[in-house]
Amino acid sequence: MTVKAQLDLNGKKVQVEVDEKEPLLYVLREEFGLNGPKFGCGLHQCGSCMVLVNGEAVPSCIQPCKSFEGKKIETIEGLEKGKGLHPLQESFFEEQAAQCGYCLNGMMIAGLALLRSNPKPNENEIRDALEPVICRCGTHTRFISAIKKASSKTTKF
Amino acid sequence: MKLTTTNRRTFLKSSGQLLIGFNLFPLAFCKSKETENTLMNDYGGISERPHIDRNLIDSWIRLDADGHVTILTGKQELGQGIRTALMQIAAEELDVDLEICHIINGDTGQTANEGYTAGSNSVEGSGKAIRQAAAEAKLVLLKLAGEKWGTDITGLQVKNGIIQGGPDKEISYWELLEGRYLEEKITGDAPIKDHNDHVYVGKAVPREDIMKLVRGEAHFVHDLRLPDMVHARVLHPPVYKAKLVSIDLDNIKDHDGILKVIEDGSFVAVIAKREFQAVKAWQHLKESSKWDSPKLGPLSEALFEDMKTNANSPQIVEDSPGISGKINSSFKKIKAEYQRPYQMHGSTGPSCAVAKCDDDNLTVWSPTQGVYPLQNTLSDLFGLAKEKIRCIGMPGSGCYGHNGADDVSAEAALIAKHYPRRPVRLQWMREDEHQWEPYGSAMSIQLEAGMDETGKILAWDTKIWSDTHSTRPNGKAGHYVSARHLKEPFEFQKGGFSGGSYRNATPLYNMPDKRLHLYNYDGPLRTSALRGLGAYGNIFALESFMDELASEAGMDPIAFRIKNLDDKRAIAVLETLASKTGWDSKLKNPGKGYGVAFSKYKNSASYFAVLAEVEINKAEKSFKLTKMTGVIDSGQCINPDGLKNQTEGGMVQSASWTLLESVQFDENGILSKDWSSYPIMRFKEVPEIEVHIINRPELSPMGAGEAAQGPVAAAIANAIFDGTGTRVRELPIKAEKVDWERF
Repeated sequence: MTVKAQLDLNGKKVQVEVDEKEPLLYVLREEFGLNGPKFGCGLHQCGSCMVLVNGEAVPSCIQPCKSFEGKKIETIEGLEKGKGLHPLQESFFEEQAAQCGYCLNGMMIAGLALLRSNPKPNENEIRDALEPVICRCGTHTRFISAIKKASSKTTKF
Repeated sequence: MKLTTTNRRTFLKSSGQLLIGFNLFPLAFCKSKETENTLMNDYGGISERPHIDRNLIDSWIRLDADGHVTILTGKQELGQGIRTALMQIAAEELDVDLEICHIINGDTGQTANEGYTAGSNSVEGSGKAIRQAAAEAKLVLLKLAGEKWGTDITGLQVKNGIIQGGPDKEISYWELLEGRYLEEKITGDAPIKDHNDHVYVGKAVPREDIMKLVRGEAHFVHDLRLPDMVHARVLHPPVYKAKLVSIDLDNIKDHDGILKVIEDGSFVAVIAKREFQAVKAWQHLKESSKWDSPKLGPLSEALFEDMKTNANSPQIVEDSPGISGKINSSFKKIKAEYQRPYQMHGSTGPSCAVAKCDDDNLTVWSPTQGVYPLQNTLSDLFGLAKEKIRCIGMPGSGCYGHNGADDVSAEAALIAKHYPRRPVRLQWMREDEHQWEPYGSAMSIQLEAGMDETGKILAWDTKIWSDTHSTRPNGKAGHYVSARHLKEPFEFQKGGFSGGSYRNATPLYNMPDKRLHLYNYDGPLRTSALRGLGAYGNIFALESFMDELASEAGMDPIAFRIKNLDDKRAIAVLETLASKTGWDSKLKNPGKGYGVAFSKYKNSASYFAVLAEVEINKAEKSFKLTKMTGVIDSGQCINPDGLKNQTEGGMVQSASWTLLESVQFDENGILSKDWSSYPIMRFKEVPEIEVHIINRPELSPMGAGEAAQGPVAAAIANAIFDGTGTRVRELPIKAEKVDWERF
């Protein structure tokens, strides 16, 4: 059965008509052409598909799209807001924090959720925040550095 | 050789459909509903044309009419930063700004055949070819300018592609060429720039693709969206060699969006309009399928015993008559055996590919390590002429060797054959990746050595038991798992065991007598190349054993290694490691353990030495890897930050293999189907990482991507021994393997 869902996506009100069970991830990629959130496991184990929901880093691969109605959804595509790169994007680039880059979305989203609630996190807090996101290339230490760097750039995320 | 215009036209005509181009991300892709989604808004790329002959400049360097340089490589970007490194090399030799350079990775429609992107070989191989081609291109262009001005080329200068021959003489490469292609032969005689004049080589140029990644732009094959594209899923059998008994296809045929269900022997796939519709159908198919499943074995408990009993008779890789007598008569002799379990690539994103079949022609967008081998093998699979198959390489999720990339590409093509004229995107589910990727083989390594009273090693005897480390599908369709499941199946013929099993097994240490026997073994699980191949297990064994020997000799492990080395660069990485880490002061730090290890990858590529530090918690019977420091010498370093990034990654990945990983299976199949049943290292366990580079710009660059894998494993084992007194010889090194009572 298809349902209509009204979403608040990257600051825009959008509407879709999809299978009532269709997880948000597929809608974001297929309906809105977003690339940030990615399919990694479909099991809430890896964080590849994370998006910000009301400021929290949440996986998008299982929960139906409809269940995100009335919540503020943000993806890394929504970070720039016409003012050039977001400090977190800048920091990830400056630290060259990627190898294959598949997990980058999850790292940035988890990092952003942390920085919004805690703009000056210590290293353990960063590690805790990124723990749900799997990286197989071993780029972890650069992700930690990138978040520290972003934290030194500003306090408003 | 130079094609005249007429010849060229004929040539282009004869290669037919290959020229009807697909850009990597065609414009149609921009039609997504999210208008803010920007991509490819910069340079659109040089127009496509086939590669002619790898001995021509044109195969590697192309200059378009509007001032860009395009570099072509047969190698793939796997996240190792090869695009940037190769552009640096080309810009350097051509004397052009890096900003005007673009690069095209492996594409059978455009680039030269460079086989697989494997063995840490891209800078050594493709980099060398591009360097020569760029130098030759510059020489050709200088000669053209010289002819034009009637001057000798020795007085000509180049700055960002503009040749200057005096006050009024200035002309750009592009003006000189007037759209002509650089089809001169690469003679190898063109002078290569002196390293002292390098502007780009040796500089930490940032990877341009990381900018795309942080902005969420399309990058991966997963992000490819072609017009009218449909989505597919494959239902893999529950275990190797299982046969499909029954399946309820009717149940899903009426589901929303289902376009086709394919059943060909035991190969089952579904095509749907939307991806989630395919996923739902896959779930239904899985639940309704019944299989005749053979039992898997031998199981882990009996595996290493079975290797000894059932391996082939030994292949004598290196012989030394009378070596046993020499070991036995040595002042000191020791013997030990080490084991490595099956371990997986475990890429973060499941494998994905897109395929399209038009009439007789097939196009596959693939994260493969080798577009030409893929083309060869698809040709075998479909009985289709190679010219009718175009394979376009695209970045996939983390590639550390032969993972699911080739299988998924073949499967996408198999499905596209059943559903012509529409691009079919196939992505594996997590369990497909975990269960079906070819693993790094389990190995058993037995070492025996003798030394004299001064700690000089006299003789070294190695015995290795291992399954193959290479089953890449280079022309044989039976190497694709799904080709074996078809109604008319392709046979899998292992085709001999590869040298990968004894990679790095011969010690680089200087000693008179060495022997190496390899016992090839047909194990229960599917295996192939995983980063480092046999070198990971072999160096784990060899460098653990070196530590055991040092301990027997009562010597400092670094001093012991240096005593047995002649190679100056090997000694240099160890000495640098000692000085960078304050090695001498570390030796008596209670509650900690320190371990070093070293190797020269493949005994022919990068030198790497590493120190691992562990913290021991006796009360809790646990330890923590707190820090690793590595020193790498890769000869001429093209991009120090790229080299560091890859080395850091290799260190963390190897630490994860070493401390945590072992593929679990029982007689019904693979049990490690997700990240909870196959845990890998996450943030809380990742140690501090430090990497130092010894740059040798005067020497040739050497492969580096796999250098860290083996030494890290041994360094951790050595640190555990130093900290607890327990020598763990079976990977993974878990706390329960430490004898806490003895400690």
